[in-house]
Amino acid sequence: MWRDAALIAGKDLRIEGRSRVALSQVAPFGIVALVLFAFALGPDRQVMAKGAPGLFWVAVLFCTVLAIQRSVSVESSDGASDGLRLSGIDPAGLYLGKAVAVAAQLIVLEALLAAGVVLLYGARIAVPWMIVVSCVLGTIGLAATGTLYGALSSGLRVRETLLPFLLLPIAVPVLLAGTRIWQAAMAGGTPSSGMAWLRLLLVFDVVYLAAGVVLFGPIQETA
Amino acid sequence: MAPVALPSSAVSLRDAVALSGRFPLLAGIDLEVAVGETVLVEGPNGAGKTSLLRVCAGLVPLASGHLSVLGLDPSRNRTVVRRRVGLLSHASHLYDDLTVRENVRFAVRAAGGDVSRIDPACERWDLVGRLAKTSAGKLSAGQRRRVALAVLTARWPELWLLDEPHAGLDASARTLLDRAVLEAAAVGVTVIIASHESGPVEDLASRAVTVTGGRVTAERSLHGVGGGSTQPALGTDVQIADVHVGHVKEARVAHVA
Repeated sequence: MWRDAALIAGKDLRIEGRSRVALSQVAPFGIVALVLFAFALGPDRQVMAKGAPGLFWVAVLFCTVLAIQRSVSVESSDGASDGLRLSGIDPAGLYLGKAVAVAAQLIVLEALLAAGVVLLYGARIAVPWMIVVSCVLGTIGLAATGTLYGALSSGLRVRETLLPFLLLPIAVPVLLAGTRIWQAAMAGGTPSSGMAWLRLLLVFDVVYLAAGVVLFGPIQETA
Repeated sequence: MAPVALPSSAVSLRDAVALSGRFPLLAGIDLEVAVGETVLVEGPNGAGKTSLLRVCAGLVPLASGHLSVLGLDPSRNRTVVRRRVGLLSHASHLYDDLTVRENVRFAVRAAGGDVSRIDPACERWDLVGRLAKTSAGKLSAGQRRRVALAVLTARWPELWLLDEPHAGLDASARTLLDRAVLEAAAVGVTVIIASHESGPVEDLASRAVTVTGGRVTAERSLHGVGGGSTQPALGTDVQIADVHVGHVKEARVAHVA
């Protein structure tokens, strides 16, 4: 399973390295979303800073949808997904590999978006490690759910519209927990105020990773 | 330690029905292919040839009936069966952003194949030099086909399922393909070739079955070399048809299993 996961993650990241879709299309989309949010909130920096945590995670969610759609489309062209099934690759390894590749791209995107939030909204981060941990745990959760629902929608002609419809409601715990942790980190309060939300993210990650490892194979066969 | 019994049939389909939604892809097909045999599956477009190969590869499950591939039930031994089967289909299963060599290497490693076979396979299909470093997205249809064939020959599975194998290939690549099939048959690989144009591939097979409407409707002997290690173990009577232009002569032959 781990060998297959490393193989798939390496392949997906190599493809991304060549096509640069995440950097040239998804990242600019996320930045544009942050700019649009800033326009919508008006020029008051205090209002923008207050809304920064939620807006950051909404932008991350939108970017996740695009990254997952890209991950799915890579396997859709020229029957590549059939090629993977025919190779007899471990479905759990395939799931983990694709999730790792998506997570790696999301981490880079989140670093760019976090910089955007600080620069555009004037957000001040008092407890940086909480931001880092929330991003890591949130990214794992989004990659785990996104890869699973991406497989679910992959065989359908309406996958571009179905994926956000399936994924966004499921990702609400990540949005909620990530926002609360960012608020705690920006307020400079005691780290314990964000710990409950970090635990929620951790549980979310474990549940969806386990579900993905178990369900990805059957979903792949029926999609 | 007792010797392991090898299956006499590489593929055994009995009354097999496969569906796409409610549409029947295979409508009660019976087919036995012996280990080491090369069989041509012919029939018009939409007859069920591609579906038959996809069922044999374990990509399409049966709705009813029996299927055994290399002595195993693909629905229960999915990974094992797929690693022992190679399917050359209409799609080449390539990633446009990877180079030719990267595609072959990835496919072979994903299938748990021997990476030392990659270079000889690329050389066999003339995928060397600049072409080996070219992105698959820049290849012509024929070149993509050659990459898919390089993957097949690098993996060298026990059962080759070739769907319209000559499609898109130039004369030299067709010759290379025919040579590879003969070479595989000579070392006991089982080959099933689906083609709506039987002429170019008849010399490769020892037997041709005609599929129409998702069923085997006729069967005839050929003079190709892929005769298999054993005779097909047919448990039931089959219809054998000698097909001539404008005339079909049917003879009922009883096979002893």
